[in-house]
Amino acid sequence: MLFTPLLEIENLSTHYVSAQGTRVVRGVDDVSLRIHPGETLGIVGESGSGKSTLALTILRVLPPAARIVSGRMMFEGEDLLRKSDEEMQKIRGRRIAMILQDPMASLNPLFTIGNQVAEPIRVHEGASRATAWNRARELLKSVRIPSPETRVTQYPHEMSGGMRQRIVGAIGISCEPRLLIADEPTTSLDLTIQAQYLKLLRDLQRAHGLALIFITHNLGIVAKMCDQLAVMYAGRVVESGPVSRIFNAPMHPYTEALLNSIPKMGDDRQRLTAIDGQPPDLSKLPPGCAFAPRCPRAFDRCLQSAPPETAPEEGRTTRCWLAAPVIGVAAPVLRREAV
Amino acid sequence: MSTTSEVLTLPSQAPRFGFIRGLRLSGFPMIPTAILLGIAFVAVFANQLAPHNPEVGSLVARFKPPFWETGGTTKYLLGTDQLGRDVLSRLIFGARVSMVVSITAVLFAGVVGTTLGIISGYLGGWVDQVIMRLVDTWLALPALTFAIFLAAIVGPSMWNIVIILGITYWTRYARVTRGEVLSLKEREFVRLAIVAGCSKWTIMRRHILPNVINSAIVLGTLMVGVVIITEATLSFLGVGVPPPQPAWGLMLSDGKQSLMVGRWWLTIFPGCCIMLMVLSANILGDWLRVKLDPQLRQL
Amino acid sequence: MKQFVIRRIGYCVLSLFLLSLTIFFFVRVTGDPATLLVEPGASPADIAAIHHQFGLDRPLIVQYALFMASVLTGDLGQSFYYRTPVLELYWSRLPNSVMLATAAMAFSLLIGIPSGILASVRVGRFWDNAGKVFALLGLSLPSFWVGLVMILVFSVYLGWLPSSGSGTPLHLIMPAFALGWYFAASHMRLTRSSMLEVLGSEYVKLARLKGLPQSLVIAKHAFKNALIPVLTLAGINFVIMISVAVVVETVFAWPGVGRLLYEGIAFRDFPVVQGTVLMLGAMTVIVNLVVDVLYAVIDPRIRLAS
Repeated sequence: MLFTPLLEIENLSTHYVSAQGTRVVRGVDDVSLRIHPGETLGIVGESGSGKSTLALTILRVLPPAARIVSGRMMFEGEDLLRKSDEEMQKIRGRRIAMILQDPMASLNPLFTIGNQVAEPIRVHEGASRATAWNRARELLKSVRIPSPETRVTQYPHEMSGGMRQRIVGAIGISCEPRLLIADEPTTSLDLTIQAQYLKLLRDLQRAHGLALIFITHNLGIVAKMCDQLAVMYAGRVVESGPVSRIFNAPMHPYTEALLNSIPKMGDDRQRLTAIDGQPPDLSKLPPGCAFAPRCPRAFDRCLQSAPPETAPEEGRTTRCWLAAPVIGVAAPVLRREAV
Repeated sequence: MSTTSEVLTLPSQAPRFGFIRGLRLSGFPMIPTAILLGIAFVAVFANQLAPHNPEVGSLVARFKPPFWETGGTTKYLLGTDQLGRDVLSRLIFGARVSMVVSITAVLFAGVVGTTLGIISGYLGGWVDQVIMRLVDTWLALPALTFAIFLAAIVGPSMWNIVIILGITYWTRYARVTRGEVLSLKEREFVRLAIVAGCSKWTIMRRHILPNVINSAIVLGTLMVGVVIITEATLSFLGVGVPPPQPAWGLMLSDGKQSLMVGRWWLTIFPGCCIMLMVLSANILGDWLRVKLDPQLRQL
Repeated sequence: MKQFVIRRIGYCVLSLFLLSLTIFFFVRVTGDPATLLVEPGASPADIAAIHHQFGLDRPLIVQYALFMASVLTGDLGQSFYYRTPVLELYWSRLPNSVMLATAAMAFSLLIGIPSGILASVRVGRFWDNAGKVFALLGLSLPSFWVGLVMILVFSVYLGWLPSSGSGTPLHLIMPAFALGWYFAASHMRLTRSSMLEVLGSEYVKLARLKGLPQSLVIAKHAFKNALIPVLTLAGINFVIMISVAVVVETVFAWPGVGRLLYEGIAFRDFPVVQGTVLMLGAMTVIVNLVVDVLYAVIDPRIRLAS
């Protein structure tokens, strides 16, 4: 890797602590990831695997029950975890922006579109109302909203779902951030609109040189959109690396199972291969590998102790005893040297 | 019990008697419960506990202050009222009135409201329309004004008050119950019972009722406070429990006249009794609501 | 919007009809209305005369039609005690009731909304718990007792405030507090729960993600949304206040509609009781209608969905 990463996350853990402090849920557990400028990183996993918590941790907008317990998040050379709340506020929306899952719910029903799109511009750049609203119109045009002049004065409920999601996208890029995190931005849209939206995101990414973290459970979208991929399971990254290499030769049985569950063109089988079993309860994880109870290739060791993160190939990591260079003597990734 | 319904409860897994099963004792409000039990005890044994006749006083002993004030005697621990009646005895017998009125009125409202709510929700159609229009109108009327109006036309008596409170407050149960029934109707075990050919009446009684009883109990506990305050209000206005029967609201009304000359005990003691009882019932009700029925939060 | 208003007016008319029917029905069912309509101590001959005069010997439907006809022409009967039309008495007392309810409402909103917001952003902390105690007491203490205790403390012992009557702003303080506490508690609870709901919403999350300062997130994005249910409740509570004020007005001898109702009961002045209840009920129904329509005006989703 020639360039310094835009964002480098090291050993990040976020836990949810219940009110009495008796139950701890490891929402994000010892996650290390990196993303370079202009790159697209896909994060996949089942619901509840910690993808959204990871995204909210990066921006430090977590529910009160969540605690970031350890790790570092280096963004353009600064540790986000060492920032004060005020400093974080200036980063959110300006240098790192995020698009939420539900376009229907993420716009405030009581304010006009223009007001909501112009808001970050006014707050972060101190622009006047007129300037900010002009920018809002341009932004709406850039996300291909027809007749933005009239749309700015309308309310969210007057728009279709696809249009609202594009508006949320416009809010995301309004202050030209360096990194955009999109949390399942297309799940609630229908297929044709999904495709349009993905194309729009890619165009925006090129136009602004954005780095994009794309959270999804759809590997088909990952194949189209992403350069890098991280697969999450039970709060951990079980496999990461370049998309094409993971798709060609997955190292973790979970990734393999996910890839097998995508229906392929010309596939004769009528049935989808689903992964047997249920995702684990994050507050009661087994002592060994969290995937072991569902893993077709699990052996004794998997049930006894959790595999560490290893780097069997340059640029790839996994957490599986099968992929360790010599079974039993796992070589932990030496992250600093890898840069 | 018909044999069909007996068989049907087996596969249906209807959570019967969920009330007892759902009860966990963490954070149980001990003190309020103790206060309520204490008031109930006093109400039951009022005859044994009261030192004097609550309805007859001696005019020579009018307006005696509580025993610790100058002029007070230990004969009348909490003083006497304008007719020389012992305040403590009246409070003790007043507890009986409050207990009887609140429990019977809440039960009455609960039975009527829950029944109509189940019928309305389960049968639907025009029956539902009629009942719910009635409930809407009833709820649109200010409950207290309505109760005062009824009390004023039927004339004061304790049992009249119970009936009036019942017909004033049944609508709240009907609303809540109907809402629950609408969702229960779509549940597996009810559908199974329908398929198995249970009569509507059997389904309502054996499958729906046990599932709405939780909410009815929670609502009932919360209604105790409302009912006591309404009863006290009616008595205070002179359309409640008729004198010389000792009711706390009536004592406040009597005490009001001599408030300006500083006879505080006639106002403070009955008020404190009402407050203790209502506060305890509300705390207990809030706890039950959180424990049994998080959906009732908006009430 | 137009359709919505028309439908709401339809419901309103239906409610008013049922209200009149209920009042009419209860009076007839619970006894001979003639005994209520004559002054206490009237002779049997008087009662018979009343029977004939009010058409009580005719079929119920005819009686109801006559009753409605007089109500609709604004004739609610004559007060025995004041010897004036009931409606006139009602209108003369209403401004006082509105004044008291306005003061109590202002108090309840000024206390309820800020403390509800404070509680919602400090869940489980000191202010939240203090607010809970305040609300629980407000909901559990009978307003007339609060009034009596205040008279005892502020009028009898301290001598700061007048114990009864009306005329100066000082007269308004204690009744407004006694009446408003309960409502402050209910407004506070609703503000808190509705704020909590809004604070957990996606658009508030997005507002945070935009990098807005916490104060702006709460004041702009959360507050306006959370306020809608509170204002709806406050609107409905305003009429309820006028009705509930009957006890507080009695305690403080405040010359409002509630006191009129109390006098009606105390002097066995039945036309006053019936007329006041009818007017209070009708006012409640109509204000509910107005609140619903206003609600539609505040919220663009309802305003524009037609």
